[in-house]
Amino acid sequence: MLTKRIIPCLDIKNGRTVKGVNFVDLRDAGDPVELAKIYSDAGADELVFLDISATEERRKTLVDLVRKVASTINIPFTVGGGISSVEDVEILLQNGADKVSINSSAVKNPQLINDLAQKFGSQCVVVAIDAKQIDGQWIVHLVGGKVPTDWNLFDWATEVEQRGAGEILFTSMDNDGTKNGFANEALAKLSKLVNIPIIASGGAGNIQHFVDAFNDGKADAALAASVFHFKEIEIKTLKEELKNNNIEVRI
Amino acid sequence: MNEQKRSTFAPPSGDGGLVIINYGAGNIQSIMFAIERLGFKAVLSDNPDEIKAADKVIFPGVGEASSAMKMLVESGLDTLLPELKQPVLGICLGMQLMCKSSEEGNTKGLGIFDVDVVKFSNKVKVPQMGWNQIYNLKSELFSGIPENEYMYLVHSFYAPLCNEAIATTNYELEYASALQKDNFYGTQFHPEKSGDIGEKVLGNFLKL
Repeated sequence: MLTKRIIPCLDIKNGRTVKGVNFVDLRDAGDPVELAKIYSDAGADELVFLDISATEERRKTLVDLVRKVASTINIPFTVGGGISSVEDVEILLQNGADKVSINSSAVKNPQLINDLAQKFGSQCVVVAIDAKQIDGQWIVHLVGGKVPTDWNLFDWATEVEQRGAGEILFTSMDNDGTKNGFANEALAKLSKLVNIPIIASGGAGNIQHFVDAFNDGKADAALAASVFHFKEIEIKTLKEELKNNNIEVRI
Repeated sequence: MNEQKRSTFAPPSGDGGLVIINYGAGNIQSIMFAIERLGFKAVLSDNPDEIKAADKVIFPGVGEASSAMKMLVESGLDTLLPELKQPVLGICLGMQLMCKSSEEGNTKGLGIFDVDVVKFSNKVKVPQMGWNQIYNLKSELFSGIPENEYMYLVHSFYAPLCNEAIATTNYELEYASALQKDNFYGTQFHPEKSGDIGEKVLGNFLKL
């Protein structure tokens, strides 16, 4: 059976990981390549690199990083952050990235989804959606949840699927950072609504939260950052527990 | 692409070396890196003479079937490929294009494998994306690979079970996740992205 995927997310600034990590065996805690290798060896199914740098040099630095990661690890990885054109994507894929994640640029220019799907195939187009509830409505937000859009989460998800997205990475801003669990109700609704895989993001605090995201939230994959970086949850233990809960995982 | 294309490495063994067909479709860099990790070298080429002279040929492919086939036809590789005598490995869309036809874009394939590629139904999420098991392994390509190992797959279309199936995977139904006919091999999964076990499959091909 197709397994549920566990995806650590690394925030990258100027080629370095930014969120503090707590790996005593790391020689260089800021080296994304070394961290990627550790997660890959630990059984992560995929990796996501989210570039948050804002310098002129960012593109070159990111391309260098993508090459280093691709030459080191043998599992798929996604690159996101500031990607806004077909050319941006082309250079990342050419250097070894498997997928790209687009967020604000897709809202500002939805045609970008069509263009990317047509040129590179849907399988490499992940649309990241950040949303939070306002008066009971899930509203899509940009700029890390600061700027609300006119889009309702479910309408936007349907739109991106129709335009050719291969996967949706849904982050609940209400849950992100709380460590109180994923937004399972919204996840389940999303998963039923569209016929492409959904990655759950935001709220992971313990192993049960992952079990719930798969069982109740019907997610196809779950993404987290700090619980992995600070070793609050070991990927190996997590996957064994998921298996004990009759959730298919790759061990 | 030019920089990639001309980063010509020394051939591994024999005269022609390992050639990865470069026809504008595919995650070629990942395959190059995986081959390097295995201690081999590869040359990217769309040159018929270079491909014909190779010891082994890898035929990658990611994207949409009809446009990829169009690129093959334009480069004349559609007639060359089925005539190759050395081991050839098609990966993902590469494998699908080696079949008789694909439902994707109503594409006529190379006809190496006697099977028609069709689409998963809406009963399952499409594309299938992630890690799934391969079993009923029947080829030297899987030498030393245990049954039911997980491989990484991303695809919306599949080759149904047939006489040429050398691996089976279950998603909605049992289908052929690898094919072989004589010197032609195809994997629906990405050996270059399937962890150490996937690299072992790629290594098996390189050592054929």
